[in-house]
Amino acid sequence: MIMKTNFRTYYLYLLLFFLAGVIIIPLYVSVIGGFKHTGELRTNSLGLPINWKFENYTSLLANSDFWLFLWNSTVYAVGTTFFVVLFASMTAFVFAHVKFVANKFLYNYFLLGLMFPFATAILPLFLRVRDFGLLGTSWAVIIPQIAFGLGFSIILFRGFFRQMPKEIFEAAVCDGCSYTQFYFRFTLPLSTPILATVSVITLTGSWNNYLLPLIMINDESLYSWPMGIMVFRGEYFTDWGKILAYVSLTLVPAVVFFFALQKYIVAGLTGGAVKE
Amino acid sequence: MRSPKLDALLSRYYTIIIFLIPALTIFTLFVVLPIGEAAYYSFFRWNGYGAPEKFVGFKNYEFLFKNRVFIMSLKNNFYIIAISLFVQLPFALLIALMISDKLRGAAFFRTVFFLPFILAEIVTALIWAYIYDGNYGLVAAIWGFFGAEAPFVLGDKDWALVAILIVIFWKFFGIHMMIYIAGLQAISKEVLEAAKVDGAGPITTAFRIKIPMLIPTIKLSVFLSLLGSLQLFDIIMPLTGGGPSNVTHSMVSYLYYFGVMRMKVGFGSAVGVVIFLICLFIAIGYQRTLMRDDNENKF
Repeated sequence: MIMKTNFRTYYLYLLLFFLAGVIIIPLYVSVIGGFKHTGELRTNSLGLPINWKFENYTSLLANSDFWLFLWNSTVYAVGTTFFVVLFASMTAFVFAHVKFVANKFLYNYFLLGLMFPFATAILPLFLRVRDFGLLGTSWAVIIPQIAFGLGFSIILFRGFFRQMPKEIFEAAVCDGCSYTQFYFRFTLPLSTPILATVSVITLTGSWNNYLLPLIMINDESLYSWPMGIMVFRGEYFTDWGKILAYVSLTLVPAVVFFFALQKYIVAGLTGGAVKE
Repeated sequence: MRSPKLDALLSRYYTIIIFLIPALTIFTLFVVLPIGEAAYYSFFRWNGYGAPEKFVGFKNYEFLFKNRVFIMSLKNNFYIIAISLFVQLPFALLIALMISDKLRGAAFFRTVFFLPFILAEIVTALIWAYIYDGNYGLVAAIWGFFGAEAPFVLGDKDWALVAILIVIFWKFFGIHMMIYIAGLQAISKEVLEAAKVDGAGPITTAFRIKIPMLIPTIKLSVFLSLLGSLQLFDIIMPLTGGGPSNVTHSMVSYLYYFGVMRMKVGFGSAVGVVIFLICLFIAIGYQRTLMRDDNENKF
Protein backbone atom coordinates (compact mmCIF):
# COMPACT_ATOMS: atom_id res chain seq x y z
CA MET A 1 0.00 0.00 0.00
CA ILE A 2 2.69 2.46 1.01
CA MET A 3 4.76 1.37 -1.98
CA LYS A 4 1.79 2.02 -4.23
CA THR A 5 1.20 5.52 -2.85
CA ASN A 6 4.86 6.40 -3.22
CA PHE A 7 4.81 5.16 -6.74
CA ARG A 8 1.83 7.26 -7.57
CA THR A 9 3.36 10.35 -6.03
CA TYR A 10 6.52 9.71 -7.98
CA TYR A 11 4.68 9.73 -11.32
CA LEU A 12 2.65 12.71 -10.23
CA TYR A 13 5.77 14.74 -9.56
CA LEU A 14 7.33 13.52 -12.76
CA LEU A 15 4.35 14.85 -14.71
CA LEU A 16 4.24 18.13 -12.81
CA PHE A 17 7.95 18.83 -13.23
CA PHE A 18 7.78 17.95 -16.89
CA LEU A 19 4.92 20.38 -17.33
CA ALA A 20 6.74 23.07 -15.37
CA GLY A 21 9.66 22.56 -17.72
CA VAL A 22 7.42 22.99 -20.75
CA ILE A 23 6.26 26.30 -19.30
CA ILE A 24 9.59 27.64 -18.09
CA ILE A 25 12.01 26.57 -20.83
CA PRO A 26 10.48 28.78 -23.57
CA LEU A 27 10.65 31.75 -21.20
CA TYR A 28 14.20 30.93 -20.21
CA VAL A 29 15.49 30.51 -23.77
CA SER A 30 13.91 33.85 -24.69
CA VAL A 31 15.51 35.84 -21.92
CA ILE A 32 18.85 34.13 -22.41
CA GLY A 33 18.57 34.38 -26.19
CA GLY A 34 18.67 38.16 -25.95
CA PHE A 35 22.26 37.84 -24.68
CA LYS A 36 23.48 35.73 -27.57
CA HIS A 37 25.17 36.48 -30.88
CA THR A 38 23.27 35.35 -33.93
CA GLY A 39 25.73 32.58 -34.64
CA GLU A 40 25.37 31.24 -31.15
CA LEU A 41 21.59 31.34 -31.34
CA ARG A 42 21.92 28.90 -34.20
CA THR A 43 24.21 26.46 -32.46
CA ASN A 44 23.43 26.84 -28.80
CA SER A 45 19.83 27.75 -28.07
CA LEU A 46 19.50 25.99 -24.72
CA GLY A 47 22.73 26.68 -22.87
CA LEU A 48 24.03 29.86 -21.31
CA PRO A 49 25.76 32.19 -23.76
CA ILE A 50 29.46 31.54 -24.23
CA ASN A 51 30.13 35.14 -25.16
CA TRP A 52 27.63 37.33 -23.39
CA LYS A 53 26.33 40.06 -25.66
CA PHE A 54 24.73 42.94 -23.82
CA GLU A 55 24.26 45.18 -26.80
CA ASN A 56 20.75 43.94 -27.65
CA TYR A 57 19.53 45.04 -24.28
CA THR A 58 21.57 48.22 -23.91
CA SER A 59 20.69 49.51 -27.37
CA LEU A 60 17.00 49.02 -26.60
CA LEU A 61 17.28 50.78 -23.27
CA ALA A 62 18.92 53.68 -25.06
CA ASN A 63 16.24 53.70 -27.75
CA SER A 64 13.89 56.63 -27.22
CA ASP A 65 11.07 54.96 -29.19
CA PHE A 66 11.11 52.03 -26.79
CA TRP A 67 10.48 54.37 -23.88
CA LEU A 68 7.96 56.40 -25.82
CA PHE A 69 5.86 53.31 -26.57
CA LEU A 70 6.01 52.21 -22.95
CA TRP A 71 4.95 55.69 -21.91
CA ASN A 72 2.02 55.68 -24.37
CA SER A 73 0.84 52.34 -23.06
CA THR A 74 1.10 53.69 -19.53
CA VAL A 75 -1.08 56.65 -20.46
CA TYR A 76 -3.67 54.35 -22.06
CA ALA A 77 -3.67 51.96 -19.11
CA VAL A 78 -3.82 54.58 -16.36
CA GLY A 79 -6.41 56.69 -18.17
CA THR A 80 -8.62 53.70 -18.87
CA THR A 81 -8.33 52.34 -15.35
CA PHE A 82 -9.10 55.66 -13.67
CA PHE A 83 -12.34 56.12 -15.57
CA VAL A 84 -13.43 52.49 -15.47
CA VAL A 85 -13.01 52.40 -11.70
CA LEU A 86 -14.81 55.71 -11.21
CA PHE A 87 -17.73 55.15 -13.59
CA ALA A 88 -18.23 51.45 -12.89
CA SER A 89 -18.19 51.92 -9.12
CA MET A 90 -20.64 54.82 -9.32
CA THR A 91 -22.98 52.79 -11.48
CA ALA A 92 -22.67 49.69 -9.33
CA PHE A 93 -23.31 51.81 -6.23
CA VAL A 94 -26.66 52.90 -7.62
CA PHE A 95 -27.52 49.32 -8.59
CA ALA A 96 -26.60 48.05 -5.14
CA HIS A 97 -28.08 50.75 -2.91
CA VAL A 98 -30.71 52.85 -4.67
CA LYS A 99 -34.14 51.45 -5.33
CA PHE A 100 -35.74 52.62 -8.54
CA VAL A 101 -37.92 51.21 -11.24
CA ALA A 102 -35.39 50.57 -13.99
CA ASN A 103 -32.67 49.25 -11.69
CA LYS A 104 -32.79 45.63 -12.79
CA PHE A 105 -33.36 46.54 -16.41
CA LEU A 106 -30.34 48.83 -16.60
CA TYR A 107 -28.16 46.31 -14.83
CA ASN A 108 -29.08 43.71 -17.43
CA TYR A 109 -28.38 46.25 -20.15
CA PHE A 110 -24.77 46.42 -19.00
CA LEU A 111 -24.60 42.65 -18.59
CA LEU A 112 -25.73 42.23 -22.15
CA GLY A 113 -22.67 44.13 -23.26
CA LEU A 114 -20.48 41.37 -21.87
CA MET A 115 -21.34 39.09 -24.71
CA PHE A 116 -20.80 41.68 -27.42
CA PRO A 117 -17.57 40.66 -29.07
CA PHE A 118 -15.23 43.57 -29.50
CA ALA A 119 -14.38 42.49 -33.05
CA THR A 120 -17.96 43.06 -34.22
CA ALA A 121 -17.79 46.68 -33.17
CA ILE A 122 -14.36 47.65 -34.48
CA LEU A 123 -15.30 49.17 -37.82
CA PRO A 124 -18.25 51.25 -36.55
CA LEU A 125 -16.18 52.09 -33.49
CA PHE A 126 -13.40 53.38 -35.68
CA LEU A 127 -15.86 55.53 -37.64
CA ARG A 128 -17.39 56.92 -34.46
CA VAL A 129 -13.98 57.81 -33.01
CA ARG A 130 -13.05 59.41 -36.34
CA ASP A 131 -16.30 61.38 -36.55
CA PHE A 132 -15.85 62.62 -33.00
CA GLY A 133 -12.46 63.94 -34.07
CA LEU A 134 -10.59 61.78 -31.57
CA LEU A 135 -8.20 60.10 -34.03
CA GLY A 136 -4.63 61.09 -33.35
CA THR A 137 -5.27 61.49 -29.62
CA SER A 138 -4.94 59.08 -26.70
CA TRP A 139 -8.71 59.20 -26.25
CA ALA A 140 -9.11 57.11 -29.40
CA VAL A 141 -7.79 54.18 -27.38
CA ILE A 142 -8.92 55.15 -23.90
CA ILE A 143 -12.62 55.78 -24.50
CA PRO A 144 -13.41 52.49 -26.30
CA GLN A 145 -11.44 50.63 -23.65
CA ILE A 146 -13.48 52.27 -20.92
CA ALA A 147 -16.68 51.35 -22.74
CA PHE A 148 -15.73 47.70 -23.09
CA GLY A 149 -14.34 47.52 -19.55
CA LEU A 150 -17.49 48.72 -17.82
CA GLY A 151 -19.66 45.60 -17.92
CA PHE A 152 -17.47 43.18 -16.03
CA SER A 153 -16.30 45.84 -13.58
CA ILE A 154 -19.88 46.77 -12.72
CA ILE A 155 -20.64 43.14 -11.91
CA LEU A 156 -17.63 42.88 -9.62
CA PHE A 157 -18.37 46.16 -7.84
CA ARG A 158 -22.07 45.46 -7.42
CA GLY A 159 -21.38 42.04 -5.92
CA PHE A 160 -19.00 43.58 -3.43
CA PHE A 161 -21.19 46.54 -2.48
CA ARG A 162 -24.14 44.29 -1.79
CA GLN A 163 -22.15 42.27 0.69
CA MET A 164 -21.27 45.31 2.74
CA PRO A 165 -23.24 45.44 6.03
CA LYS A 166 -26.48 47.31 5.47
CA GLU A 167 -26.39 48.81 8.96
CA ILE A 168 -23.70 51.30 8.00
CA PHE A 169 -25.82 52.53 5.15
CA GLU A 170 -28.97 52.89 7.22
CA ALA A 171 -27.17 54.62 10.07
CA ALA A 172 -25.52 57.04 7.68
CA VAL A 173 -28.78 57.89 5.92
CA CYS A 174 -30.42 58.53 9.30
CA ASP A 175 -27.64 60.94 10.15
CA GLY A 176 -28.60 62.95 7.10
CA CYS A 177 -25.90 61.65 4.86
CA SER A 178 -26.76 61.90 1.17
CA TYR A 179 -26.08 59.12 -1.28
CA THR A 180 -23.20 61.03 -2.77
CA GLN A 181 -21.60 61.66 0.59
CA PHE A 182 -22.10 58.04 1.53
CA TYR A 183 -20.45 56.86 -1.66
CA PHE A 184 -17.36 58.97 -1.12
CA ARG A 185 -17.06 58.69 2.65
CA PHE A 186 -17.97 55.07 3.26
CA THR A 187 -18.35 52.95 0.17
CA LEU A 188 -15.08 53.80 -1.55
CA PRO A 189 -12.81 53.70 1.52
CA LEU A 190 -14.32 50.36 2.56
CA SER A 191 -13.86 48.82 -0.89
CA THR A 192 -10.11 48.67 -1.32
CA PRO A 193 -9.98 44.94 -2.18
CA ILE A 194 -12.44 45.27 -5.06
CA LEU A 195 -10.93 48.57 -6.19
CA ALA A 196 -7.59 46.82 -6.39
CA THR A 197 -9.04 43.86 -8.27
CA VAL A 198 -10.82 45.94 -10.87
CA SER A 199 -7.80 48.21 -11.27
CA VAL A 200 -5.43 45.33 -11.80
CA ILE A 201 -7.68 43.64 -14.36
CA THR A 202 -8.28 46.84 -16.29
CA LEU A 203 -4.65 47.86 -16.14
CA THR A 204 -3.35 44.56 -17.51
CA GLY A 205 -6.11 44.32 -20.08
CA SER A 206 -5.22 47.73 -21.44
CA TRP A 207 -1.47 47.19 -21.18
CA ASN A 208 -1.65 44.03 -23.28
CA ASN A 209 -4.28 45.22 -25.74
CA TYR A 210 -3.12 44.97 -29.32
CA LEU A 211 -6.12 45.01 -31.64
CA LEU A 212 -7.71 48.28 -30.54
CA PRO A 213 -4.61 50.51 -30.74
CA LEU A 214 -3.76 48.79 -34.01
CA ILE A 215 -7.05 49.99 -35.47
CA MET A 216 -7.14 53.42 -33.88
CA ILE A 217 -3.54 54.61 -33.98
CA ASN A 218 -1.80 55.64 -37.18
CA ASP A 219 0.60 58.14 -35.77
CA GLU A 220 3.83 56.43 -34.71
CA SER A 221 4.31 58.81 -31.81
CA LEU A 222 1.18 57.29 -30.22
CA TYR A 223 2.05 53.60 -30.72
CA SER A 224 1.54 51.28 -27.77
CA TRP A 225 4.33 48.88 -26.89
CA PRO A 226 2.68 45.81 -28.47
CA MET A 227 2.53 47.77 -31.73
CA GLY A 228 6.12 48.83 -31.22
CA ILE A 229 7.27 45.26 -30.72
CA MET A 230 5.52 44.20 -33.93
CA VAL A 231 7.18 47.01 -35.88
CA PHE A 232 10.48 45.95 -34.39
CA ARG A 233 9.80 42.38 -35.48
CA GLY A 234 9.14 43.63 -38.99
CA GLU A 235 12.44 45.50 -39.05
CA TYR A 236 14.69 42.77 -37.64
CA PHE A 237 12.83 39.82 -39.00
CA THR A 238 15.23 37.02 -38.10
CA ASP A 239 17.59 38.94 -35.89
CA TRP A 240 16.19 37.04 -32.95
CA GLY A 241 18.68 38.39 -30.43
CA LYS A 242 17.22 41.88 -30.77
CA ILE A 243 13.61 40.70 -30.75
CA LEU A 244 14.13 38.43 -27.76
CA ALA A 245 15.73 41.29 -25.85
CA TYR A 246 12.62 43.39 -26.51
CA VAL A 247 10.40 40.49 -25.48
CA SER A 248 12.35 39.96 -22.28
CA LEU A 249 12.29 43.60 -21.30
CA THR A 250 8.50 43.56 -21.39
CA LEU A 251 8.29 40.13 -19.83
CA VAL A 252 10.20 40.96 -16.68
CA PRO A 253 7.94 43.81 -15.48
CA ALA A 254 4.87 41.67 -16.21
CA VAL A 255 6.20 38.86 -14.05
CA VAL A 256 7.17 41.21 -11.22
CA PHE A 257 3.78 42.91 -11.39
CA PHE A 258 2.09 39.53 -11.29
CA PHE A 259 3.96 38.34 -8.22
CA ALA A 260 3.26 41.56 -6.40
CA LEU A 261 -0.46 41.53 -7.14
CA GLN A 262 -1.19 37.84 -7.69
CA LYS A 263 -3.88 37.84 -5.03
CA TYR A 264 -5.99 40.49 -6.78
CA ILE A 265 -5.52 39.08 -10.25
CA VAL A 266 -6.71 35.65 -9.26
CA ALA A 267 -9.54 37.04 -7.14
CA GLY A 268 -10.74 39.08 -10.08
CA LEU A 269 -10.58 36.27 -12.56
CA THR A 270 -12.24 33.69 -10.41
CA GLY A 271 -14.13 35.53 -7.66
CA GLY A 272 -16.41 37.32 -10.05
CA ALA A 273 -18.28 34.22 -10.97
CA VAL A 274 -17.38 31.25 -8.83
CA LYS A 275 -19.79 32.04 -6.08
CA GLU A 276 -22.36 29.33 -6.14
CA MET B 1 -40.34 74.57 3.34
CA ARG B 2 -39.39 71.18 1.93
CA SER B 3 -39.98 68.12 3.98
CA PRO B 4 -36.97 65.87 4.76
CA LYS B 5 -38.73 63.12 2.89
CA LEU B 6 -38.88 65.15 -0.30
CA ASP B 7 -35.24 66.02 0.17
CA ALA B 8 -34.33 62.36 0.37
CA LEU B 9 -36.34 61.65 -2.74
CA LEU B 10 -34.70 64.44 -4.67
CA SER B 11 -31.31 63.32 -3.49
CA ARG B 12 -32.15 59.88 -4.80
CA TYR B 13 -33.06 61.01 -8.30
CA TYR B 14 -30.14 63.35 -8.40
CA THR B 15 -27.84 60.48 -7.47
CA ILE B 16 -29.32 58.11 -10.01
CA ILE B 17 -28.85 60.61 -12.80
CA ILE B 18 -25.41 61.87 -11.91
CA PHE B 19 -24.05 58.42 -11.08
CA LEU B 20 -25.44 56.59 -14.06
CA ILE B 21 -24.97 59.07 -16.87
CA PRO B 22 -21.23 58.70 -17.56
CA ALA B 23 -21.27 54.91 -17.77
CA LEU B 24 -24.57 54.74 -19.66
CA THR B 25 -23.49 57.31 -22.23
CA ILE B 26 -20.11 55.79 -22.96
CA PHE B 27 -21.46 52.27 -22.96
CA THR B 28 -24.31 53.12 -25.31
CA LEU B 29 -22.21 55.19 -27.71
CA PHE B 30 -19.21 52.91 -27.89
CA VAL B 31 -20.55 49.40 -27.29
CA VAL B 32 -24.25 49.08 -28.02
CA LEU B 33 -24.63 51.44 -30.97
CA PRO B 34 -21.56 50.15 -32.85
CA ILE B 35 -22.95 46.64 -32.68
CA GLY B 36 -26.23 47.86 -34.15
CA GLU B 37 -24.41 49.89 -36.76
CA ALA B 38 -22.36 46.87 -37.76
CA ALA B 39 -25.60 45.04 -38.52
CA TYR B 40 -26.83 48.00 -40.59
CA TYR B 41 -23.59 48.61 -42.49
CA SER B 42 -23.30 44.94 -43.35
CA PHE B 43 -26.00 45.47 -45.98
CA PHE B 44 -23.98 48.10 -47.82
CA ARG B 45 -20.90 48.36 -49.91
CA TRP B 46 -19.16 51.25 -48.24
CA ASN B 47 -15.65 52.56 -47.68
CA GLY B 48 -16.55 54.61 -44.62
CA TYR B 49 -16.65 58.02 -46.28
CA GLY B 50 -19.84 59.96 -46.81
CA ALA B 51 -23.08 58.15 -46.07
CA PRO B 52 -23.57 54.48 -46.86
CA GLU B 53 -25.59 54.55 -50.10
CA LYS B 54 -24.87 51.44 -52.07
CA PHE B 55 -27.34 48.98 -50.61
CA VAL B 56 -26.43 45.43 -51.56
CA GLY B 57 -28.79 43.36 -49.43
CA PHE B 58 -27.26 40.07 -48.36
CA LYS B 59 -24.49 40.19 -50.98
CA ASN B 60 -21.74 40.64 -48.40
CA TYR B 61 -22.92 37.55 -46.54
CA GLU B 62 -23.28 35.59 -49.74
CA PHE B 63 -19.75 36.42 -50.76
CA LEU B 64 -18.52 35.57 -47.28
CA PHE B 65 -19.93 32.08 -47.24
CA LYS B 66 -18.62 31.39 -50.72
CA ASN B 67 -15.17 32.60 -49.78
CA ARG B 68 -12.71 29.78 -49.27
CA VAL B 69 -10.53 31.74 -46.86
CA PHE B 70 -13.44 32.72 -44.65
CA ILE B 71 -14.76 29.17 -44.51
CA MET B 72 -11.27 28.10 -43.55
CA SER B 73 -11.13 30.70 -40.78
CA LEU B 74 -14.52 29.54 -39.52
CA LYS B 75 -13.22 25.98 -39.45
CA ASN B 76 -10.08 27.07 -37.67
CA ASN B 77 -12.14 28.74 -34.98
CA PHE B 78 -14.04 25.52 -34.50
CA TYR B 79 -10.82 23.50 -34.27
CA ILE B 80 -9.63 25.90 -31.62
CA ILE B 81 -12.88 25.51 -29.72
CA ALA B 82 -12.78 21.73 -30.02
CA ILE B 83 -9.21 21.47 -28.76
CA SER B 84 -9.93 23.90 -25.94
CA LEU B 85 -13.04 22.09 -24.76
CA PHE B 86 -11.99 18.49 -25.22
CA VAL B 87 -8.28 18.59 -24.51
CA GLN B 88 -7.34 21.76 -22.69
CA LEU B 89 -10.14 21.94 -20.14
CA PRO B 90 -10.05 18.28 -19.08
CA PHE B 91 -6.30 18.55 -18.74
CA ALA B 92 -6.61 21.72 -16.66
CA LEU B 93 -9.17 19.95 -14.48
CA LEU B 94 -6.86 16.99 -14.00
CA ILE B 95 -3.99 19.22 -12.93
CA ALA B 96 -6.28 21.22 -10.65
CA LEU B 97 -7.40 18.03 -8.92
CA MET B 98 -3.80 16.93 -8.55
CA ILE B 99 -2.46 20.07 -6.98
CA SER B 100 -5.41 21.35 -5.01
CA ASP B 101 -4.78 18.77 -2.29
CA LYS B 102 -2.11 18.98 0.31
CA LEU B 103 0.56 18.26 -2.24
CA ARG B 104 4.00 19.53 -1.37
CA GLY B 105 5.00 22.33 -3.72
CA ALA B 106 1.41 22.92 -4.87
CA ALA B 107 1.81 26.70 -4.61
CA PHE B 108 4.93 26.57 -6.76
CA PHE B 109 3.27 24.54 -9.52
CA ARG B 110 0.17 26.69 -9.42
CA THR B 111 2.21 29.83 -9.95
CA VAL B 112 4.32 28.34 -12.72
CA PHE B 113 1.33 26.98 -14.64
CA PHE B 114 -0.45 30.29 -14.34
CA LEU B 115 2.57 32.28 -15.50
CA PRO B 116 1.89 32.15 -19.29
CA PHE B 117 -1.53 33.65 -18.79
CA ILE B 118 -0.13 36.93 -17.52
CA LEU B 119 2.06 37.47 -20.56
CA ALA B 120 0.70 39.61 -23.34
CA GLU B 121 -0.57 37.43 -26.18
CA ILE B 122 1.74 39.25 -28.59
CA VAL B 123 4.73 38.41 -26.42
CA THR B 124 3.66 34.79 -26.05
CA ALA B 125 3.34 34.45 -29.79
CA LEU B 126 6.73 36.07 -30.44
CA ILE B 127 8.41 33.71 -27.99
CA TRP B 128 6.87 30.78 -29.81
CA ALA B 129 7.68 32.19 -33.22
CA TYR B 130 11.28 31.97 -32.04
CA ILE B 131 10.87 28.48 -30.60
CA TYR B 132 9.40 27.28 -33.91
CA ASP B 133 12.03 28.96 -36.09
CA GLY B 134 13.67 26.16 -38.04
CA ASN B 135 17.04 27.91 -38.06
CA TYR B 136 17.37 29.18 -34.52
CA GLY B 137 14.70 27.94 -32.17
CA LEU B 138 14.22 25.13 -29.77
CA VAL B 139 12.55 22.99 -32.40
CA ALA B 140 15.67 23.40 -34.50
CA ALA B 141 17.86 22.42 -31.55
CA ILE B 142 15.82 19.31 -30.83
CA TRP B 143 15.84 18.23 -34.46
CA GLY B 144 19.52 19.04 -34.72
CA PHE B 145 20.21 16.83 -31.73
CA PHE B 146 18.85 13.90 -33.68
CA GLY B 147 20.81 15.00 -36.70
CA ALA B 148 17.77 15.97 -38.74
CA GLU B 149 17.01 19.07 -40.76
CA ALA B 150 14.49 21.08 -38.77
CA PRO B 151 11.11 21.85 -40.33
CA PHE B 152 9.63 25.35 -40.49
CA VAL B 153 6.36 24.42 -38.85
CA LEU B 154 4.84 27.89 -39.18
CA GLY B 155 5.45 27.89 -42.92
CA ASP B 156 3.98 24.45 -43.40
CA LYS B 157 0.34 24.35 -44.45
CA ASP B 158 -0.29 21.11 -42.62
CA TRP B 159 1.43 22.02 -39.38
CA ALA B 160 0.94 25.75 -38.89
CA LEU B 161 -2.46 25.41 -37.25
CA VAL B 162 -1.23 22.64 -34.97
CA ALA B 163 1.62 24.91 -33.93
CA ILE B 164 -0.87 27.67 -33.11
CA LEU B 165 -3.04 25.26 -31.13
CA ILE B 166 -0.04 24.26 -29.01
CA VAL B 167 0.61 27.91 -28.17
CA ILE B 168 -3.02 28.43 -27.21
CA PHE B 169 -2.88 25.39 -24.98
CA TRP B 170 0.37 26.58 -23.40
CA LYS B 171 -0.97 30.03 -22.70
CA PHE B 172 -4.48 29.34 -21.47
CA PHE B 173 -4.59 26.06 -19.59
CA GLY B 174 -3.29 27.82 -16.46
CA ILE B 175 -6.22 30.18 -16.14
CA HIS B 176 -8.68 27.31 -16.38
CA MET B 177 -6.70 25.37 -13.82
CA MET B 178 -6.86 28.41 -11.52
CA ILE B 179 -10.63 28.73 -11.98
CA TYR B 180 -11.04 25.05 -11.08
CA ILE B 181 -8.80 25.36 -8.05
CA ALA B 182 -10.90 28.28 -6.81
CA GLY B 183 -14.00 26.16 -7.32
CA LEU B 184 -12.47 23.19 -5.50
CA GLN B 185 -11.55 25.34 -2.55
CA ALA B 186 -15.16 26.35 -2.18
CA ILE B 187 -16.23 22.74 -1.60
CA SER B 188 -16.92 22.33 2.10
CA LYS B 189 -14.40 20.35 4.10
CA GLU B 190 -17.13 18.39 5.88
CA VAL B 191 -18.37 16.82 2.68
CA LEU B 192 -14.88 15.67 1.78
CA GLU B 193 -14.22 14.35 5.25
CA ALA B 194 -17.49 12.48 5.29
CA ALA B 195 -16.50 10.85 2.03
CA LYS B 196 -13.15 9.88 3.50
CA VAL B 197 -14.82 8.35 6.53
CA ASP B 198 -17.02 6.34 4.18
CA GLY B 199 -13.85 4.98 2.62
CA ALA B 200 -13.87 6.84 -0.69
CA GLY B 201 -10.46 6.99 -2.33
CA PRO B 202 -9.12 10.01 -4.19
CA ILE B 203 -10.47 8.85 -7.56
CA THR B 204 -13.95 8.09 -6.26
CA THR B 205 -13.99 11.43 -4.45
CA ALA B 206 -12.97 13.21 -7.62
CA PHE B 207 -15.66 11.64 -9.79
CA ARG B 208 -18.46 11.36 -7.28
CA ILE B 209 -18.06 14.57 -5.29
CA LYS B 210 -15.58 17.08 -6.62
CA ILE B 211 -16.45 17.08 -10.31
CA PRO B 212 -20.24 17.12 -9.78
CA MET B 213 -19.85 20.01 -7.36
CA LEU B 214 -17.64 21.82 -9.85
CA ILE B 215 -20.26 21.84 -12.61
CA PRO B 216 -21.06 25.58 -12.27
CA THR B 217 -17.35 26.35 -12.36
CA ILE B 218 -16.83 24.12 -15.37
CA LYS B 219 -19.68 25.83 -17.17
CA LEU B 220 -18.03 29.16 -16.54
CA SER B 221 -14.69 28.04 -17.86
CA VAL B 222 -16.34 26.52 -20.94
CA PHE B 223 -18.08 29.82 -21.56
CA LEU B 224 -14.90 31.86 -21.20
CA SER B 225 -13.07 29.43 -23.42
CA LEU B 226 -15.73 29.59 -26.15
CA LEU B 227 -15.85 33.37 -26.23
CA GLY B 228 -12.08 33.65 -26.04
CA SER B 229 -11.58 31.15 -28.87
CA LEU B 230 -14.00 33.00 -31.12
CA GLN B 231 -12.14 36.27 -30.65
CA LEU B 232 -8.63 34.98 -31.13
CA PHE B 233 -6.42 37.46 -32.94
CA ASP B 234 -3.27 38.56 -31.11
CA ILE B 235 -1.70 35.10 -31.05
CA ILE B 236 -2.14 34.56 -34.79
CA MET B 237 -0.55 37.81 -35.94
CA PRO B 238 3.07 37.29 -34.84
CA LEU B 239 3.02 33.55 -35.51
CA THR B 240 1.64 33.28 -39.03
CA GLY B 241 -0.34 36.44 -39.79
CA GLY B 242 -2.93 34.09 -41.25
CA GLY B 243 -0.47 32.41 -43.61
CA PRO B 244 0.83 30.32 -45.27
CA SER B 245 -1.64 30.84 -48.15
CA ASN B 246 -4.28 32.11 -45.72
CA VAL B 247 -4.84 28.74 -44.06
CA THR B 248 -4.46 29.86 -40.44
CA HIS B 249 -6.79 32.85 -40.22
CA SER B 250 -9.22 33.14 -37.37
CA MET B 251 -12.44 35.00 -38.06
CA VAL B 252 -11.06 38.11 -36.38
CA SER B 253 -7.77 38.06 -38.29
CA TYR B 254 -9.82 37.56 -41.45
CA LEU B 255 -11.90 40.59 -40.48
CA TYR B 256 -8.72 42.58 -39.91
CA TYR B 257 -7.04 41.69 -43.20
CA PHE B 258 -10.03 41.72 -45.52
CA GLY B 259 -12.28 44.26 -43.81
CA VAL B 260 -10.27 46.76 -41.80
CA MET B 261 -7.07 46.96 -43.82
CA ARG B 262 -9.00 47.48 -47.05
CA MET B 263 -11.51 49.76 -45.34
CA LYS B 264 -14.40 47.64 -46.57
CA VAL B 265 -16.80 48.72 -43.86
CA GLY B 266 -19.81 46.81 -45.14
CA PHE B 267 -18.02 43.57 -45.80
CA GLY B 268 -16.01 43.72 -42.56
CA SER B 269 -19.19 44.42 -40.60
CA ALA B 270 -20.76 41.31 -42.11
CA VAL B 271 -17.85 39.29 -40.74
CA GLY B 272 -18.36 40.99 -37.37
CA VAL B 273 -22.04 40.16 -37.40
CA VAL B 274 -21.31 36.48 -38.05
CA ILE B 275 -18.96 36.46 -35.04
CA PHE B 276 -21.60 38.23 -32.99
CA LEU B 277 -24.33 35.76 -33.94
CA ILE B 278 -22.18 32.81 -32.96
CA CYS B 279 -21.41 34.45 -29.61
CA LEU B 280 -25.08 35.26 -29.12
CA PHE B 281 -26.06 31.71 -29.88
CA ILE B 282 -23.63 30.44 -27.25
CA ALA B 283 -24.62 33.08 -24.73
CA ILE B 284 -28.31 32.27 -25.01
CA GLY B 285 -27.46 28.69 -24.19
CA TYR B 286 -25.69 29.97 -21.13
CA GLN B 287 -28.12 32.62 -20.07
CA ARG B 288 -29.49 30.63 -17.19
CA THR B 289 -26.11 29.80 -15.82
CA LEU B 290 -24.58 33.22 -16.03
CA MET B 291 -27.34 35.70 -15.61
CA ARG B 292 -29.11 34.07 -12.75
CA ASP B 293 -29.00 36.22 -9.69
CA ASP B 294 -29.69 34.42 -6.45
CA ASN B 295 -30.47 37.42 -4.24
CA GLU B 296 -32.94 38.92 -6.64
CA ASN B 297 -34.75 41.31 -4.34
CA LYS B 298 -32.29 41.97 -1.61
CA PHE B 299 -31.09 45.53 -1.43
